[in-house]
Amino acid sequence: MSTRIGVVQFPGTNCELDVMWALGELGAQGELCWHGDAAINGVDAVVLPGGFAHGDYLRTGALARFSPVMNAVTDFAAAGGPVVGICNGFQVLTEAELLPGALQKNVGLKFLCQTVEIRVETTSTVLTTECGLGQRLRVPINHFEGNYVCDPLTLDRLRDEERVVVRYTDNPNGSLDDIAGICNAGRNVVGLMPHPERASDPMLGSADGVGLLRSLVAAAGARLAA
Amino acid sequence: MVAYAARVEVSHRPGIADPAGATVERALPALGYTNVTQVHIAKVIRLVVDAGDADAAHAQVDEMCQRLLANPVIESYEVFITALESAS
Repeated sequence: MSTRIGVVQFPGTNCELDVMWALGELGAQGELCWHGDAAINGVDAVVLPGGFAHGDYLRTGALARFSPVMNAVTDFAAAGGPVVGICNGFQVLTEAELLPGALQKNVGLKFLCQTVEIRVETTSTVLTTECGLGQRLRVPINHFEGNYVCDPLTLDRLRDEERVVVRYTDNPNGSLDDIAGICNAGRNVVGLMPHPERASDPMLGSADGVGLLRSLVAAAGARLAA
Repeated sequence: MVAYAARVEVSHRPGIADPAGATVERALPALGYTNVTQVHIAKVIRLVVDAGDADAAHAQVDEMCQRLLANPVIESYEVFITALESAS
């Protein structure tokens, strides 16, 4: 029985099939979870993929937070289940208060679509166990609102508890403290702006995202075995 | 119940970058307006709410702001309430 990873599909999500494919390449079984369903069908991990959930109306992630599926995702996260939000999924996780802070418009007012270098800052999260500490990865970003911000107390906590998961080596968007991704206190919920699934095969220009996704598959597998 | 028009102004919190406002501020001098500073671009949300009185309307819209209309991490908001019909 292979590991099942739920990939949430909101109206406007557009990276779900890429994530499904990349997870499939690693031996996991991706399973689309429609946002209007209140259940996630006993999956072993959840990915909130990139896109423009609910058209990004009002604020990015603001309306997605109230989709019925988010109650199940919140319960799953509270029970220690691995949850990863990529790009718009990261924005949804902050709006849902599963992760602190917020993502505001990029400094420079440009939509950024380019490959950036990020550095792995901790290997004790569901997204980085299979990576090396300090490892540099080339992974694409594709966002307008990726400029992470939080209050100074929250930033202190994130640093003290080593909850900054990945940092940009050359900050593209003005993000506070070069933050590209963070995790929750339980280290089972991770949000990041770069797209690992778009760096999951050498043919795409980089396969550096594979270590991240393999970590998630491993975390899901551990949950399945438990 | 009385219908109240609510105008909610959602803007960036002080200290939060407003790149759109900054860009407009940089553009205005090109038109000769060299005396302009502190340009901020905010969002306005208008809605009508039925409530017992203006205070109740204000309290309810305030709650909507906290729960959905604004993100307190990066945004602040102001609520303005106007009665649409006089109470009879």
